[in-house]
Amino acid sequence: MDALIEKLKGQIIEQLNLAEVKPEEINPDSPLFGDGLGLDSIDALELIVLLEKHYGIKIEDPKDGKTIFQSLRTMAEYIKANGKS
Amino acid sequence: MNNIISYAHIKNNSVSVNGTPVFSSEKNATLSEFLSEAYKSMEISYPKFHKMDLQCKLGFLCTEFALQNTAFISENDLTKTAIIISNSASSLQTDKLHQHSIDDKTNYFPSPAIFVYTLPNISIGELAIRHKITGENAFFICEKFDAHLMVNYTELVLNDNASSSICGWVEVDDTAYEAFIFLVETKNNTNKNTIFKPLNQLVVTQIYNQT
Repeated sequence: MDALIEKLKGQIIEQLNLAEVKPEEINPDSPLFGDGLGLDSIDALELIVLLEKHYGIKIEDPKDGKTIFQSLRTMAEYIKANGKS
Repeated sequence: MNNIISYAHIKNNSVSVNGTPVFSSEKNATLSEFLSEAYKSMEISYPKFHKMDLQCKLGFLCTEFALQNTAFISENDLTKTAIIISNSASSLQTDKLHQHSIDDKTNYFPSPAIFVYTLPNISIGELAIRHKITGENAFFICEKFDAHLMVNYTELVLNDNASSSICGWVEVDDTAYEAFIFLVETKNNTNKNTIFKPLNQLVVTQIYNQT
């Protein structure tokens, strides 16, 4: 799980152009949206694309995103349970 | 009386403010590299900058340079500040990036973050968000920088509801780029760091051709 979290940190920084954020600054349990990384609605769409592109996961119901993208850890847990790679 | 209180010009990997060079980079640096260096040189923290496309980054930085050392944002009613920008290529470069991401039907992953920049007036939106400006705005597509159009339209909005305006040209295409931003106010600005030129076609043409 830790390796997947570290991999996700790099992918999120690259995909979302978080040029001023270092991987070690991302707390796996902090909220991705709001006070945490401060992501916005376009970032949410990018995360959905990231899941599909890198892990073959298609989120059919956007409402599920709220739970899946709560934190880096919830995202990693979802990938582990549903991912193809 | 409408006055230009500051202007900035970015081209050929260099920045000038009010006709004075203030920053430059290696001539062979890419536009992306140059803009990153120019951003760092300003010592501002605005993480959203890194998410913008090249046109928005260029317009954002040119405006920041023009605003530097002025009281334009703090002293004007931003609900009455207009933003009037023009260019020739519209958002073509980002349009092509988006097109490239959907060319291959077997590898079809359009990026929402790219798609949102496939309109030229998004660069106006970025400036409005950055400074909480809610006045009139317009984006014109012209073959080249048109001082006559820019002055006429700016006077039109200043004669109506606006009391200040961010105006200019922000162009990015495959072979060249250029940004020219000038700030206009209707009131007398007492800030000693600002210039004071009357808004008319001759002056705008002169300062555009200056650097």
